[in-house]
Amino acid sequence: MTHSTASPGSAGGFTLFPRLSGTAVTGVVIALFLMAFLILPVAQVVYVAFLDARSGAFTLQNFQDFFNTTLFRESFVNSFYVSAMSVVFATVIALPLAYITTRFNFGGAVLIQSLGIIPLIMPPFVGAVAMSLLFGRNGTVNLLLDQYLGVKIPFMEGLNGVILVQSIHYFPFILINLSASLRNIDRSMEEAAQNLGSSGMRLFRRIVFPLAMPGYLAGAALVFIKVFDDLGTPLLLNVNTMLAPQAYLRITGVGINDPMGYVISFILVVFSVFSLWASFLFMRGKDYATTQKGGGGLSKRDLGRGEKITAYAVILFILALVLSPHLGLLLLAFGTIWSFSPLPDGFTLQHFGTVFSQSMQYVSNTLLYAGTAALLDVILGTAIAYIVIRTGLPGRKWLDYMATAALAVPGVVLGIGYLRLFHGVQLPFGGGPMASWWGIIIIALAIRRLPYALRACMAALQQIALALEEAAESLGATKASTIRRIVVPLMSGGILAGFVTSFATAAVELSATIMLVGRSADAPLAYGIYLFMQSPSGRGAGAALGILAVVIVALGTYLSQRIIERDRRRRAAAPGAEA
Amino acid sequence: MRTILLTTALALVATASAAQQNVVVVTSFPKDLTDPFKAAFEAAHPDYQLEVVSRNTNASVAFLQETKGSNTTDLFWASAPDAFEVLKSEGLLAKVDIAAEGIPDTIGSYPINDPDGSYYGFAASGYGIMYNTRYIEANDLPVATEWEDLMRAEYNGHVGMSSPSRSGTTHLTVETLLQGDGWADGWAKWKWISGNMNTVTERSFGVPDGVNSGNFGFGIVIDFFGLASKASGFPVELVYPSVTSIVPANVGIIENAPNAEGAKAFVEFILSPEAQQVLLNPAIMRLPVNPDAYAHAPEGFPNPFSEEFAPGAIVFDVDKSGTRYNLVNSLFDVMITYRLDDLRAAVAAVQAAEAAHPDGADAEAKTLIDEARTLIEALPITEEQSLDPSFTGVFQISRADPATEVVGRQAEVEQEWDAFAVANYAKAKELADQAAAMQ
Repeated sequence: MTHSTASPGSAGGFTLFPRLSGTAVTGVVIALFLMAFLILPVAQVVYVAFLDARSGAFTLQNFQDFFNTTLFRESFVNSFYVSAMSVVFATVIALPLAYITTRFNFGGAVLIQSLGIIPLIMPPFVGAVAMSLLFGRNGTVNLLLDQYLGVKIPFMEGLNGVILVQSIHYFPFILINLSASLRNIDRSMEEAAQNLGSSGMRLFRRIVFPLAMPGYLAGAALVFIKVFDDLGTPLLLNVNTMLAPQAYLRITGVGINDPMGYVISFILVVFSVFSLWASFLFMRGKDYATTQKGGGGLSKRDLGRGEKITAYAVILFILALVLSPHLGLLLLAFGTIWSFSPLPDGFTLQHFGTVFSQSMQYVSNTLLYAGTAALLDVILGTAIAYIVIRTGLPGRKWLDYMATAALAVPGVVLGIGYLRLFHGVQLPFGGGPMASWWGIIIIALAIRRLPYALRACMAALQQIALALEEAAESLGATKASTIRRIVVPLMSGGILAGFVTSFATAAVELSATIMLVGRSADAPLAYGIYLFMQSPSGRGAGAALGILAVVIVALGTYLSQRIIERDRRRRAAAPGAEA
Repeated sequence: MRTILLTTALALVATASAAQQNVVVVTSFPKDLTDPFKAAFEAAHPDYQLEVVSRNTNASVAFLQETKGSNTTDLFWASAPDAFEVLKSEGLLAKVDIAAEGIPDTIGSYPINDPDGSYYGFAASGYGIMYNTRYIEANDLPVATEWEDLMRAEYNGHVGMSSPSRSGTTHLTVETLLQGDGWADGWAKWKWISGNMNTVTERSFGVPDGVNSGNFGFGIVIDFFGLASKASGFPVELVYPSVTSIVPANVGIIENAPNAEGAKAFVEFILSPEAQQVLLNPAIMRLPVNPDAYAHAPEGFPNPFSEEFAPGAIVFDVDKSGTRYNLVNSLFDVMITYRLDDLRAAVAAVQAAEAAHPDGADAEAKTLIDEARTLIEALPITEEQSLDPSFTGVFQISRADPATEVVGRQAEVEQEWDAFAVANYAKAKELADQAAAMQ
């Protein structure tokens, strides 16, 4: 965090230069970083979309082929349908959790908020196995249903299966961003509405939810784009008539030089940027900023006895639903053999023994990689958000578009792009090729998870009134100290939300990492799981490693939540002290 | 922050490259296989240290292609012979002479080593049907022992396999049947089997995973998946159908290897009689290429060198397979993987119609059913086309020979096939439904 403020600040400190140049320099540096580690590597691979496969000449023929192919057109429609429906279901899951935990005095709110992020951490491969053992055709639920009621429910089949799994998997994007936004709403807005006689659902619908819109939209846009570009879930359910799996299957199956795979990737990137632009359009001309920050967010109400029971029932039901994959993972990690039966045949600690004796370096690598990457992400995210929203730099929106386009770049494409661009580059002092250096894994993770942090930071900044900064500056503060003392502290909720999402998802990333891991000593957790899951006997150990990943991220999240809560209480206790 | 990271990196690098000489191997094999070999190799050659880098086959090939400019890898160690063919054709494999005794030239009909010495087979694998015993008991299914068995209506929804474009081993299974039964009959067989499929998995390990979990009952797998699953305690069994092919898993030295001597030592080591014994480890369960190793094999362990093993094993034509490699992948995906729902609906309709008219007495219904069967089995191209270089060239982007004139683009051809398959499956379903409705 300090970095982002330091760079515009240090230039702003030189009175010889005009003030803008500080942010301009930061903007240029970020643009260069994105060019070097995102645009160029991807362009190195994707340009074949525009080449004739045979002659190597420039052509748009491949795009024409795309639109002439029934399968691709169907895939596009399927992807769009699944993404839109996932946003709807993710909202249904996230809204009650966010609302109840931020608006009411509710025991365990922090715990619930932390548990709410766990679905985001679905370790590769083992997550899929756990899901199918619980909800699959012959999973626990269906075996029991079949035994007692004689019916089976196809939870995990077809497009509806994808929607179910995606909503469960990605609703935390909405939960985290919406909660951050709800916490940022000025209490006086709500009080004013109450004075005018509004209450209950009407108050929520007309005042609270609209004010939380930046956070909701940030989350919803992420869910939409992520689901549109995600290939893991469709592949685990073996649904391949969607765009992202088509691109992946083509690139890894047909071959790295097949133009159609990149045509699809290109279309994914363009469509993602387009949906982002559409969400901007929705926000245009609306001002979500509220000035007073002393109140520490919405007032929290006590619940009546009946209300409390209902609220707990709703929350417990939702948590049971969204955490069930991880329950399956837990059973897998402690189970012996689990095959065609509601529960494992027996229980053992042996898998954890294997993991602790062989695989602890994966844990420390993951903490280092995902932690550094997430830190880099919030620094870049805060800086980009500030430049896009607060400055008039020409082309500033493109920073946002560029960074967000990373969502749509398949990890394997980024990995190969890095190999192409950096393998020839030697590290100094005989460190070997740059592409096999573990630092490059951090950069790849940071690039891939930057969109998450960026959306959170953008939403946070949109809720801060410009007047607060102007006030600080008219009192004589420099741009640098305004950012450091006013903007960043006010954004802290959003920044933490961004850190948590980036960290959690980076901790289980595999597709780019697998291309870049140079030595097994440098490998992160996800790669360890991949190694275990290559053989039948590794299933339990893989699940145990998956559980370890979940626990690490959950602890990280819980700590961040505690920090947010403490900060909120501190501000609520001493109004005005902070700003 | 940067300096801290950099110094740590340097410290790590410095400690790693100290004492012994590193031999770097890129492999798609699981830990269960690489760990025992690493231990045995380092015990036999204390001056070398084996550095194992695990990647799946596709990622390994891409990695070796992308890094050839400043190669850091000594060896590539994986199953799929076609991955080695790709690397060899691009000049990424070194030709070496390896001294190994007691290893025959062929296993079944498949040559164990590359004739040019670019890569060496060190273990053999056959293809089989793996099944979950709890699953078939609960569903009251008989054991399927031949590929034809899986075509029967009773197995509808109980079968799983991977796609040939996803897994080199599955590709060989598909091609084996195409060569064993002929182009048209082979494809017909695959379509009827696929009509019974629960799923086409995205990676080859998804099949044993699905059978182990009990997601589906039968899986078409390479043998060690079944053998190792059983050895790990899962309630599964493996059978070899009589038409199968045995192919070697290979190791090859990378051209311009940083430690060519260490690489050669490793290849010679894994072909040695003592290392061949390591393959019999319960978690590995691959077939040694040295016939003597079977003397110590556990009871019931398959021996591909014995008379009674897979009597119908075919003479596998490697050139034929190589010519149409990409075309077969593409045709399978277009007709089966991407249109599995349509195919399943058509096959289920035919099965229902046949169940309604089991004796074939109703001539009109029988005609409809036969028509529906023909439509399902119909192929958009002939075997001659599948071997015509000007046509197969459409599917070979990176390896195209510039002198060969090719007709059309892959996306264009696939769209034609797709329209052909979708229309045929829909029509077949319609006819079969009509037949079923006749009482």
